[in-house]
Amino acid sequence: MRLIDIQKMAIHALGKNKIQTALTMLGIVIGVSAVIAMVSLGQGAQKLVQDQVAGMGTNVLQIQGGNGNFAGGARQGADQGQSLTEGDVEAIKQLPTVRLVTPIAQAQGQFVFGNQNWQTRVEGSNENNLEIRGWRLDSGDFFSENDVRTAARVVVLGKTVANTLFPGSDPIGQTIRIRNLPYRVVGVLAAKGQSAQGQDQDDTAMMPYTTVQKKMLGAALPRINRIAVSAVSAQATSAAKDQITNLLHERHGIRANQQDDFRVNNLTEVAEAAEQTTAVMTLLLGSIAAVSLLVGGIGIMNIMLVSVTERTREIGIRMAIGSRGSYIRMQFLAESIILCMLGGLIGVVFGMGLSIGIARFMGWPSYIDPRAATIAFLFSAVTGVFFGYYPAHKAASLDPIEALRYE
Amino acid sequence: MSKAPASVVTLKDVHKIYRTGEVEVHALHGVSLEIKRGEFVAVMGPSGSGKSTMMNIIGCLDRLTSGSYILDGIDVSTMSKNDLADTRNRKIGFVFQSFNLIPRTTALSNVELPMVYAGLSPSVRRERARQALASVGLSAKEGSLPNQLSGGQQQRVALARAIASEPALILADEPTGALDTKTAEEIMKIFQQLNRERGITIVIVTHEADIALHALRIVRFRDGLIQEDRLIQPDDDILSLQHPLEAAHS
Repeated sequence: MRLIDIQKMAIHALGKNKIQTALTMLGIVIGVSAVIAMVSLGQGAQKLVQDQVAGMGTNVLQIQGGNGNFAGGARQGADQGQSLTEGDVEAIKQLPTVRLVTPIAQAQGQFVFGNQNWQTRVEGSNENNLEIRGWRLDSGDFFSENDVRTAARVVVLGKTVANTLFPGSDPIGQTIRIRNLPYRVVGVLAAKGQSAQGQDQDDTAMMPYTTVQKKMLGAALPRINRIAVSAVSAQATSAAKDQITNLLHERHGIRANQQDDFRVNNLTEVAEAAEQTTAVMTLLLGSIAAVSLLVGGIGIMNIMLVSVTERTREIGIRMAIGSRGSYIRMQFLAESIILCMLGGLIGVVFGMGLSIGIARFMGWPSYIDPRAATIAFLFSAVTGVFFGYYPAHKAASLDPIEALRYE
Repeated sequence: MSKAPASVVTLKDVHKIYRTGEVEVHALHGVSLEIKRGEFVAVMGPSGSGKSTMMNIIGCLDRLTSGSYILDGIDVSTMSKNDLADTRNRKIGFVFQSFNLIPRTTALSNVELPMVYAGLSPSVRRERARQALASVGLSAKEGSLPNQLSGGQQQRVALARAIASEPALILADEPTGALDTKTAEEIMKIFQQLNRERGITIVIVTHEADIALHALRIVRFRDGLIQEDRLIQPDDDILSLQHPLEAAHS
């Protein structure tokens, strides 16, 4: 018997009972489209986290000052302390696991240009901050080491600030006023979008930390809120954290039974945890969807078993006029495989539409992975074989005499 | 078909025992029978006489318990299931009481079906199926579905399906059992025509004497044995073909 005739027979048999075929297929369509929609949304979330992690900079550690025990027992919150010094920055720079380091001094300010004004935060750092934090420039330049040394009044604007103060014009080279002092705009940062917490990361500005300390704050004690460090590699971040902790214990004279006056955060660890969480979520969503595919498969098996019983006499006729048992098995197997593959194909298209739709209307990120679509489709074909085999085998092992007698 | 053997069916001392649990049923008690090419045999006998078992064995649907069966020169007594299926496909054309066409499938496709299993190309089988339908006078109905055809027409499609692959033997099990007298007569005329004009060997199981009269030879079964085996004579009639015991009852 020719293979093409088996296929034709299977298609003919499926066509005889269109409603039953469509309903059976629906189970697979729903299963496959659910898998694709869920995996797309999960992977969209994963990609979002990855983008944000990339936006945090490469292998970043942050050292926050404060939270120390001071004479009299008064405590300070993180970022408020003045426990970090230029000396700490210089010492951390010497560590073998550390590639780049910058002190960070923060301030707030009302930015004014012409009749526009905007309140934003200012992050003071050295010239390495751009690279450590993974920012890119949209236009212009970042400030130089010389600007840091001389506490030059230069500013690099975040995209939101630039758009607000300079709607439709080029801010580079313009002079804005902050706390009544003029600052020259040297560059504009490329947009980063929202952070994981929903903050607008582009609502910011950058300056040399010396400028923030001396020109904006003008405090008696030059304050360093944080130190940002880029380790030499992702693997080195844990070692760098330990080395920095030991170094600062030594420099700050903290004994074993005393509380630290600083805190080291390994952002890479945080990022990894976040990525793992979304990966687990994707897997979970995918598994739940896979259960519906399984239910669809069981539906196929059920219908195929009913179909074998319904067509017992027909099977007897086919056997009498010379069909081998194996041809009967192939025909029924072909029916369930065609059913599942067709359902799988419709499911892939439907699932893609669904995930694009959800992404549109809910504003969720969605990423259609062609691998996931292929796997879901192949899985539906495998479902056809798996759940079609038993009914097909049952049909093939019927006794022709008994089958012909069946009413 | 250059060296076709003269005998289509040769049964030697065939026994058939059915085992259902503890009980053994002896359906055939050593049947020997020879049917030659071109014969038209009517198999008669009351129910339980073993004629159905006999037909199943001749039709390669069932295997014998002991003895031997040569079909068209091939020993089929010890064949595997797959070989039996292939043999049915090539050597035997079945006609059943209830027509047994595949539902929702056109007459032409039904006639083609044995040739599909034989692996013939679509053009060859279409051609042969059309010829077979023409020889039973149903060319006009090739696109009709079984439920659009009358009983007589359905049986003619079944006949076309049986002869399309040019089998050595046509086995008909009560082919007129579901038809009215007039249609039954028409069907029997076609059987006779096929036998006379094309030399097709035919075996018909029936319990109606007037149907058996269309054949050339009668084989009567009783209690798993052949009770009577003779050629039908020109002076035979319905009464003479009825078994004395059955005749007494009717």
